[in-house]
Amino acid sequence: MIDIALDILSWILLVLGGACVLIGGIGGLRLPNFYTRIHAASLTDTMATILIFVGMMLQAGLTLATLKLFAIMLFLLLTGPTATYALANAALLSGLKPDAGTASDKPKENTPE
Amino acid sequence: MIFIFGLFLLTLLVITAIAIVRTKDLFVAVMLTSIFSLLMAANFFILDAADVALTEAAVGAGVTTVIFLCALALTDDKEKPRQGGRWVAFGTVGVLALLIIYATFDKPRLGDPDAPVHQHIAPWYIEKTTEYIDIPNVVTAILSSFRGYDTLGEVFVVFAACIGVLFILGVSPPRKTRKVTEKNSGLRHHLIPQVVGRLLIPFIVLFGLYVQFHGEYGPGGGFQAGAIIATGVILYALLEGESEALRAIPRGVLLGMVIGGALLYGGVGVACMFMGGAFLDYSVLAVDPIFGQQLGILIIEAGVGMAVCGALLAIFHAFAAREVLS
Amino acid sequence: MNFLELLGYFNYWVFAIILTVGLYAVINKTNLIKKLIGLSIFQSAVFLMYITMDKVEGGTAPIIQKGVEDQIFSNPLPQVLILTAIVVGVSTLSLGLAMVVRISECYGTIEENEILDAD
Repeated sequence: MIDIALDILSWILLVLGGACVLIGGIGGLRLPNFYTRIHAASLTDTMATILIFVGMMLQAGLTLATLKLFAIMLFLLLTGPTATYALANAALLSGLKPDAGTASDKPKENTPE
Repeated sequence: MIFIFGLFLLTLLVITAIAIVRTKDLFVAVMLTSIFSLLMAANFFILDAADVALTEAAVGAGVTTVIFLCALALTDDKEKPRQGGRWVAFGTVGVLALLIIYATFDKPRLGDPDAPVHQHIAPWYIEKTTEYIDIPNVVTAILSSFRGYDTLGEVFVVFAACIGVLFILGVSPPRKTRKVTEKNSGLRHHLIPQVVGRLLIPFIVLFGLYVQFHGEYGPGGGFQAGAIIATGVILYALLEGESEALRAIPRGVLLGMVIGGALLYGGVGVACMFMGGAFLDYSVLAVDPIFGQQLGILIIEAGVGMAVCGALLAIFHAFAAREVLS
Repeated sequence: MNFLELLGYFNYWVFAIILTVGLYAVINKTNLIKKLIGLSIFQSAVFLMYITMDKVEGGTAPIIQKGVEDQIFSNPLPQVLILTAIVVGVSTLSLGLAMVVRISECYGTIEENEILDAD
């Protein structure tokens, strides 16, 4: 009984995680501005990571593999948003203004530090 | 089910390869090459090659991208203009592709246990590993003990590449250069990457050491460990500035690691000769031949890890310390 | 042909396509760094072919576990060869990139036709 409940729960979590990755991917293609696309990519980094990894941890049960999955999830949660921050920071420093009205991505002139 | 996933990954590989060749911006091409290496690593894992997947991920998606980016920063060329005369190349390449596809119809089907490649020496290796060496990872056993000569040659190739890069980039540039001031180097004034990087670097180095010493029990070994530790130190160099990383691990130590790794490997072979066996025959290193084999594998994996780590770091510093032409 | 045969041939066809894409980049592009990227794609395609050959159906990664008898393993020999080849590939690539950096400093450009004209 508890096996079936765990199976169903992990199925739901994995499917939801996959849906989050799909939404992140569609957002990365369709959103107009660079900074909005970073928002879409960061959805994959955080929400989808948690959902997919918790789904896999439920499948693995109480073994060493669960601890390893937890460590990998922690690592991804730590480095994913940092990479997003570094990307946005680099774009801002190289002159790309977070202009909500424009639909083009041409960087403005280079502002040296 | 895994076959559909394999098909999907292969299709992604082809799409990425075509995108790399078609794009004009070199920076985009380098990023796509990193994605290509990661997809290739996932493909290797599906085909049951765990060691190779780990090496491709660490070396291909990690170190190669960093070296490409260093070279891009130095050559200062981002775009690439078009040129004419493409149809001859298309024709040649298309004919070659058709020839290879025609030739692949003769190959045995995927996974056939009666294929010739599975017949002669591979079952012998799998059987005799338990008898002669008694370590779980057959790939490490073959790499370090049964085919130890090839790995010795590979360490020397890495050594030669390191020396070659140091020679080529040891000449100072012919024109006036612009010095990179201390203020500009490193990401020191960006708080978040610094904090996260400082949290992660000890764990990266620890994981590299884990992979090094568990090469006999699971996927791992010297090459992967050297690449992972080199990646950790490169992260430190990116965060704090390259001169700080040179202060932490100076150039003399790096060269010593490369030379020491190669000498350690060759030294174990010569020590085996002195103890009465053939070159690189580890059974004579201890009283019990199986323990002698395991001891020999441990020492040469340490030598390989040192050599690869030192070589990759020396190459990175040679690129990163080069002053940009003004 | 059943599905497994089709997948096997698909692996080899993908190898052929990626090989020729890399070769096209090497012979047709004039930018030196693009040529090196094409060379690394070419190398990866060859690795793919070797590792495809080593799979045995129903097998697992060649790690012997104590107490489990009669396991089918995939062939470990091509994996050893490709491990060496990957590291040699990255060594060659770094050497090539060092030469490109020096060429760009001396000639000022990394387009092949401009370098040949300048000589």
